Amino acid sequence: MPQEHRLILKHADQPGYTPDLECYLRHGGYDALKKVLALAPKDLPDGKKMSPQEQVREDVKASGLRGRGGAGFSAGIKWSLVDRRSGKPIYLICNADESEPGTFKDRQIIHKDPHQLIEGMILSCWANDVKLAYLYIRGEMPQGAKLLNKALDEARAKNFLGKNILGSGFDLEIHLHRGAGAYICGEETGLIESLEGKRAYPRIKPPYFPAVLGLYMCPTIVNNVETLCHVKHIVSMGPGEYAKLGTPNNTGTRIVSLSGDVKRPGYFEIEVGKVTIGELINDPAFGGGLRDGRKLKAIIPGGSSSKILKAGETFKLNRKGADGQMTKVEVPLLDLPYDFDSLMGAGTMSGSGAIIVLDDTRDIVEALANLAEFYAHESCGQCTPCREGALWMSKALHRMTHGEGRKADADYLLHIAQNIQGRTICAFGEAAAWPVLSFVKKFKEDFEAKGAADEAKAAAAKH
Amino acid sequence: MTFAVPANLESQLDELVTHYPQKRSASLMLLHALQEHFGYISRDAVEWTARKLGLQPINVYELVTFYPMFRQEPLGKTHIKVCRTLSCALAGSGELRTHFCSKLGLDAHKHAAQTTPDGKFTVEFVECLADCGNAPVVLLNEDLLPKVTPAQADEILTKGKAK
Ligand SMILES: Cc1cc2nc3c(=O)[nH]c(=O)nc-3n(C[C@H](O)[C@H](O)[C@H](O)COP(=O)(O)O)c2cc1C
Ligand code: SF4
Ligand code: FES
Repeated sequence: MPQEHRLILKHADQPGYTPDLECYLRHGGYDALKKVLALAPKDLPDGKKMSPQEQVREDVKASGLRGRGGAGFSAGIKWSLVDRRSGKPIYLICNADESEPGTFKDRQIIHKDPHQLIEGMILSCWANDVKLAYLYIRGEMPQGAKLLNKALDEARAKNFLGKNILGSGFDLEIHLHRGAGAYICGEETGLIESLEGKRAYPRIKPPYFPAVLGLYMCPTIVNNVETLCHVKHIVSMGPGEYAKLGTPNNTGTRIVSLSGDVKRPGYFEIEVGKVTIGELINDPAFGGGLRDGRKLKAIIPGGSSSKILKAGETFKLNRKGADGQMTKVEVPLLDLPYDFDSLMGAGTMSGSGAIIVLDDTRDIVEALANLAEFYAHESCGQCTPCREGALWMSKALHRMTHGEGRKADADYLLHIAQNIQGRTICAFGEAAAWPVLSFVKKFKEDFEAKGAADEAKAAAAKH
Repeated sequence: MTFAVPANLESQLDELVTHYPQKRSASLMLLHALQEHFGYISRDAVEWTARKLGLQPINVYELVTFYPMFRQEPLGKTHIKVCRTLSCALAGSGELRTHFCSKLGLDAHKHAAQTTPDGKFTVEFVECLADCGNAPVVLLNEDLLPKVTPAQADEILTKGKAK
């Protein structure tokens, strides 16, 4: 029986568990912080010493933790790329912009267990010699912002933040910063610009890799809310124990946001790769299946920017056999383990961990039109292919969903999308193009039929 | 009427500015606070913020026009943000917004914020509010309402009219 495995959300939904500091402390809160502050330098075989901070950085690398914000990049490697020789301060930013359509996991942490996030941030700052950090929360979470500010005040009052934290000599301040309703603030360099008090125009990489030229042109770490919470558990459990959760290269747990056409939408924390997409949708412990009489049409597996998967598709994935040899095996959609690598193998991504389910009563053209409108609205406007292309796609889809489609629209949409991806400053270009490319390629007959029907109607009206 | 920021608010804002090594960084937080106090961001508020942070007014004005949450005119006392994006659309958020608009005599085809002439309500279609499991979702002033039904929508309107 597939089951949830609650690590991050262990306490969040327990009756009587409240977001205040006292409750967090009663549940072992800030023990991980005390643990690292007591660490001693480690003697290495070559006679050198490894600082406690470096030990924790190595532990995060060894844990296999991958970012939960979207790209699934190794947190330990990200930290190791930080320029520590520049002499400039190192900043850390928690990305709490949660705005990828379909995603509502960071909200659970912020509202129900804010101190867990703050402890994760403090540990991550300590390990990376960060003395000033920011928590960037999207503007449309006013209650979350209040809760976090209260939690930060509580942590300051107990000297978990501030000067000389718990007598360790370590100083750290964390400030909350609110966005104001722009999706592009979730992109890390757009977020940095926004934090500098500017329009959230993403920066071009290279040269503006945050690890080298981030906030105020200083080395900067940007991590997602959930990623930073995992750091606390890696410290508490040790990297070895932590890495036993999940599957190789896809370690730990992950909160999956499930919405759309299922009986029980909601968030479910699973061991990464231990539960399949089919189980997430159909098992009574998770989505509970589709509404009665409905059949699956498609799944958007990792937030609205991920490529759609069509019911009945199968994928060729690399699997390590008992003999250690890699072989290709054919895996049907519903048997895909929900993890980073399997979804990449299926030509899409687990992105922000958000699954949107569409059943057979849904019009696929309408669904894409909805998403295209999102991207047209949210493009920051810096790059012509993205700004114009996202708008053209949305306009074409608006026509198609208002009785003015053409058969050629399917190819027209593909043409535009192909000319956006790879030609823009930030990955929003791909995020806008991928839904269009995948919807139209996989459901081409639906798009063409809709366009042809409109054309036939228009021709008949002329006579 | 002259534009005046009360002393206690100004001292809160001065404290916010100290959160950043560069003053300009505080602009979004200042604009939020001013909007909360005055209801919207006037040209005077833009100029005041620019002076406070040592910027040109255009540096602040371009934020007000870029970030959708900032308003250049007063809004209704009851601000209804209906989520437009896919999961909520699948759960009927389009119909829900039409319901609000038609009851309030607003244009159901306009997505941008619309305020009723009596200044009581603003209705707006916004993008994913990060609570898709509870679709359709409405952000009512600062409160997020899950799984909003037409009956609940009517209740919101009744309460708003009495305000
Ligand atoms: C268009 C766009 C939107 C994004 N939105 C978010 C977001 O809302 N939250 C988030 O954590 N990451 C978001 N990201 C990913 C961030 O750029 C960044 O990779 C992430 O915060 C890194 O954290 P992680 O390594 O812990 O995942 C977005 C990326 C793009 C291209
Ligand atoms: S790709 Fe789009 S969102 Fe990203 S910088 Fe260019 S215009 Fe802005
Ligand atoms: S789609 Fe409405 S809250 Fe996400």
